[in-house]
Amino acid sequence: MKSAVIVFPGSNCDRDMAVAIRDISGSAPAMVWHGESALPDGLDFIAIPGGFSYGDYLRSGAMAARSPVMRAVVDAAARGVAVLGVCNGFQVLTETGLLPGALMRNAGLNFVCRDVALSVENTQSVFTSNYRAGEQIVLPVAHHDGNYFADDATLDRLEGEGRVALRYAGGDANGRVNGSARDIAGLLNDAGNVLGLMPHPERAIEAAHGGSDGRRLFEGVFAGLSVAA
Amino acid sequence: MKINVYVTLKPGVLDPQGKAIHHALASLGFAGIDDVRAGRFIELEVANDTSDDDLDAMCRKLLANTVIENYRIERG
Repeated sequence: MKSAVIVFPGSNCDRDMAVAIRDISGSAPAMVWHGESALPDGLDFIAIPGGFSYGDYLRSGAMAARSPVMRAVVDAAARGVAVLGVCNGFQVLTETGLLPGALMRNAGLNFVCRDVALSVENTQSVFTSNYRAGEQIVLPVAHHDGNYFADDATLDRLEGEGRVALRYAGGDANGRVNGSARDIAGLLNDAGNVLGLMPHPERAIEAAHGGSDGRRLFEGVFAGLSVAA
Repeated sequence: MKINVYVTLKPGVLDPQGKAIHHALASLGFAGIDDVRAGRFIELEVANDTSDDDLDAMCRKLLANTVIENYRIERG
């Protein structure tokens, strides 16, 4: 399994992501700097980590989405390479147009940093095949701009196509997490090989993290990729 | 040539920052404010022969996220 983690100035979850990939897949990812115009050959998996790429200038993810390396990521996604964007990575994916919609300032204006309950809505993708449909899992979130927005027609289409992968689960004692439209926490592209999500699976890969529900996402992806290869 | 670009949230898109500003103005005692919407103002210094099409492309490709934002270009 050959993987890469994209690193922008201001990324701060890149090393956590690399540890998760290395520990779970058994091989360390290439760390690819934003100024590179080409990715390593033969990649199976690309992760766009969380953080504050380019200081969140203009809009979260806006500058990163126009960086040289992202053109190569868009090309790789079109070839079917699995692309995972976490937190700022999700924002970058919407800004590149690989995923529809936009991530706006949290409705409550607060930076939200806590564990959240999520329901797994789609288990057909390479990212979510290791979960049961409707299963509730717990992952940490840490973001200021996680309030997913798309117009109603787009939301209806995304729901109809089963592209909502994860939803903030109802009944959370702390109320809604960030105001996301239809409580969307994670979204797939139409081919199912690109996932963007606000929660951090790489921060929940062993018991010492307080939970390991994120580990199963990586295990599912890497098992699926090795079957495909 | 100076170009002013005004980027504003589309009508109907929730603007939590505008709401917070509204709330703060009210707490300062300013009454009678119906609504506040916050946007972004960008000044460009460009060559005099820069075309409208190029300015429009700059807005569409980077300065505004047209999923949630409108933009208006004003030649200074």
